[in-house]
Amino acid sequence: MTGNHPLAAESETYELSVNGRREQVKAAWLGESLLAVLRERLGLPGAKNACEQGECGSCSVFVDGVLVCSCCVLAADAVDAEVTTVEGLADGDALTDVQQSFLDAGAVQCGFCTPGLVVAVHDLLDRNPDPGDLEVREAISGNLCRCTGYGRILAAVEAVRDQRGRRSRP
Amino acid sequence: MRPTAVGTPVDRADARSKVTGTACYTVDVVLPDLAHAVVVQSTVPTGRIVRIDAAAAERAPGVLGVLSHANTPSLAEVPTFPQGPAGQRRPPLQDDTVNFDGEHLAVVVADTLHHAAQAAALIDVAYDREEAVTTLEAGDELPPSGIFGEAPDSVRGDPEAALARAEVRLDATYTTPTEHHHPLEPGATVAAWDGGRLTLYDSTQWVSGVRDAVAMTLGMATDQVRVVSPFVGGAFGSKAMVWPHVVLAALAARHVGRPVKLVLSRAQMFTSLGYRSPTVQRLSLGARQDGTLTAIVHAVTQQTSVFEEFVAGAGYISRSLYACPNVAVRHRLVRVNAPTPTVMRAPGEAVGSFALESALDELAAQSGVDPVALRLRNFAEDEPQEGLAWSSNALRECYQVGAERFGWERRTTEPRSMREGRHLVGWGMASATYGVHSEAAAARVRICADGRILVTSGTQDLGTGTYTTMVQVAADALGVPVERVTAALGDTDLPPAPHSGGSQTAASVGPAVWSAALDACSKVLALAEQGDSYAEILTRHGIEFVEGRGDARPGASASRFAMRSFGAHFAEVQVDPELGEVRLTRFCGVFGAGRILNPKTARSQMIGGIVGGTGMALTERTVTDRRLGRVVSPNLSGYAVPTHADIPWIDVCFIDEHDPHVNALGVKGIGEVAIVGVAAAIANAVHHATGRRIRDLPITPQTLL
Repeated sequence: MTGNHPLAAESETYELSVNGRREQVKAAWLGESLLAVLRERLGLPGAKNACEQGECGSCSVFVDGVLVCSCCVLAADAVDAEVTTVEGLADGDALTDVQQSFLDAGAVQCGFCTPGLVVAVHDLLDRNPDPGDLEVREAISGNLCRCTGYGRILAAVEAVRDQRGRRSRP
Repeated sequence: MRPTAVGTPVDRADARSKVTGTACYTVDVVLPDLAHAVVVQSTVPTGRIVRIDAAAAERAPGVLGVLSHANTPSLAEVPTFPQGPAGQRRPPLQDDTVNFDGEHLAVVVADTLHHAAQAAALIDVAYDREEAVTTLEAGDELPPSGIFGEAPDSVRGDPEAALARAEVRLDATYTTPTEHHHPLEPGATVAAWDGGRLTLYDSTQWVSGVRDAVAMTLGMATDQVRVVSPFVGGAFGSKAMVWPHVVLAALAARHVGRPVKLVLSRAQMFTSLGYRSPTVQRLSLGARQDGTLTAIVHAVTQQTSVFEEFVAGAGYISRSLYACPNVAVRHRLVRVNAPTPTVMRAPGEAVGSFALESALDELAAQSGVDPVALRLRNFAEDEPQEGLAWSSNALRECYQVGAERFGWERRTTEPRSMREGRHLVGWGMASATYGVHSEAAAARVRICADGRILVTSGTQDLGTGTYTTMVQVAADALGVPVERVTAALGDTDLPPAPHSGGSQTAASVGPAVWSAALDACSKVLALAEQGDSYAEILTRHGIEFVEGRGDARPGASASRFAMRSFGAHFAEVQVDPELGEVRLTRFCGVFGAGRILNPKTARSQMIGGIVGGTGMALTERTVTDRRLGRVVSPNLSGYAVPTHADIPWIDVCFIDEHDPHVNALGVKGIGEVAIVGVAAAIANAVHHATGRRIRDLPITPQTLL
């Protein structure tokens, strides 16, 4: 263990903005993924690591409002961006409509894919307020779930869609 | 007490923590001074380690220690299930032999996960490679010594003579591939030593199994090991038994003198937590012209590892699903340089039903009998193998209700006779069955001074809803609203409960919670005087709460009744005739599974099981390179689990079934019956759509072109 070991190079300290807070990332290797930094350095375990190569969607977060798999984004690349994780969606104790709908519809089982799905559904409904059945299923096909068989998740998404639609109509 | 919570769609008790990302899974556990371990695995399927050079890894930044067979203490073997809790008897890092590609050879521990992973890549292993058996077809068949205490072979009547005399005969071979559970949370353990005491946070279906296995292999007293597992990110059998990485985490933590977290990678999940063995199943049916079965011979070949035996009884379903006087079942094993297989959702039945229920469909086509009518004709009034009466059996209602909901009577008989645009449409169906299991379990129910109720049991919630259903049971026993009840589970410090497998948790732990609640009630009554409030009772007796204890064990019903869940699956597929692509477009599953504690959580669990079966049918297969003995593309692209776009709306229905014999709550268990028969229903629908009988799973475009 030496300070000048070839593998010890390239570490730096930088700042990220996560869920509206400035966070110091100290002496980090520049190759660390955003997922690794969120989980291992910033104490934000909501985004999950289930494949580490962008296949399962469990690590979904927003970077400047864009839905990404945080395992495939370098944390250092998010320096000037606003990162929002599942922990940053709810306003205090009040759940978002998507979170509440997952709870009401019974769209949760083991829950490991749930944070990523909740983030992805926010993204879908913010971009497209009135998605059809197939659009919903396509949009969240990047989020694998092994427990629920997706049925109640679809019900949860459609409930939020209908509820938002009713609210926006005069 | 009239149930008001049980049987109602109560919201999940743990949903809030899961939708906000605050539920703490094993992979999320953080302890002061936590170090990280990364496992290094073999890259040859068999041979000896000539050299394992860890010098570069030991010098790498942040590294705290490296374990290999060169410096790992001697570990005791732990028997495999059901004699013991291990998934693999052979302990890790004990000698220089390699038995399969992907076997744990070393563990690197460092201050950060990143440093550990970096250093793990620097471990240099040289092998003396030997000749490997890498496929089921390449090895010799051996009879297994037993299958969970049952004989591998059995014969009733005279199947050979009945086959020879049969008016209609069918003889076909079906195959299923290696399948992996792939729960979203990988296998993970956090180990922390405090002097001679060990605490393990583990993603497991069996906290007390982990405690017992680790204590045994390390030569410790079981009361020196505590295992904690409040949330499990899915399991499906992969975490039912205790696998070597768990003890590696404990050894690593002791080696470096710090708490250690060990999380398997997705690639490592292909060789570290077992898998569903591939099968080759030869099925011979004899029947009368009207479809009445006269003989079934079900011969199964499966694989196990070269160093130990595991076999799930895929053929047993053929003994008990239908009335048939002459039935032979045979199981054989081939030793392959692969990990030891294990249980996976409905072990045995899930694959056995593919062969049996496909063959029934072939018999229906051959004898010109409708597939539902054929099954009704062969309905077993009593359990056919032992001759016991059913405790309850709603299979006929399942067929009837499913056929109505699906619109089965509109099915045209001929294959390729239904179309939607340019797509071929096919309708298929299959039966489902799974045994009712339960084991001894204990629970406590505490009535706190403020009137809140706390239920505790050392069982597990794998995502199945145990937190919620046990709260419902206690609420009804005490006559209080569910909002006043909470549950604490997944800890060996709590009253002992069995492993969460075999769909047995609700049937085992539910009655214990029920009796603990009643015990708490009677204790309060014994302490009470006329006109007392609960607070006054506690004050007068100088106590802070009253707690009841419940112990439940399987009753004597098992010797008098045959107890199984049943179901019927109806599938519609559309097949693209030019591309060979199969899309599931409609599905209906109907189940007779005793009392359903919570229709909201149960419905979702059944849909999940049906989608697991859809994966079996259409997408899931682990491919091993024959030459290398290595899994090809060990990731979630190489192993395709169904995505949301693959899955249509699925109709699930429960038959209202009251079984007074299974247990005090009338619960049969639901997790596994959902997947049984699904692959056959879909394969039968593909046959109806295309006229092609696909006997090898999964049914990919290549198989249809």
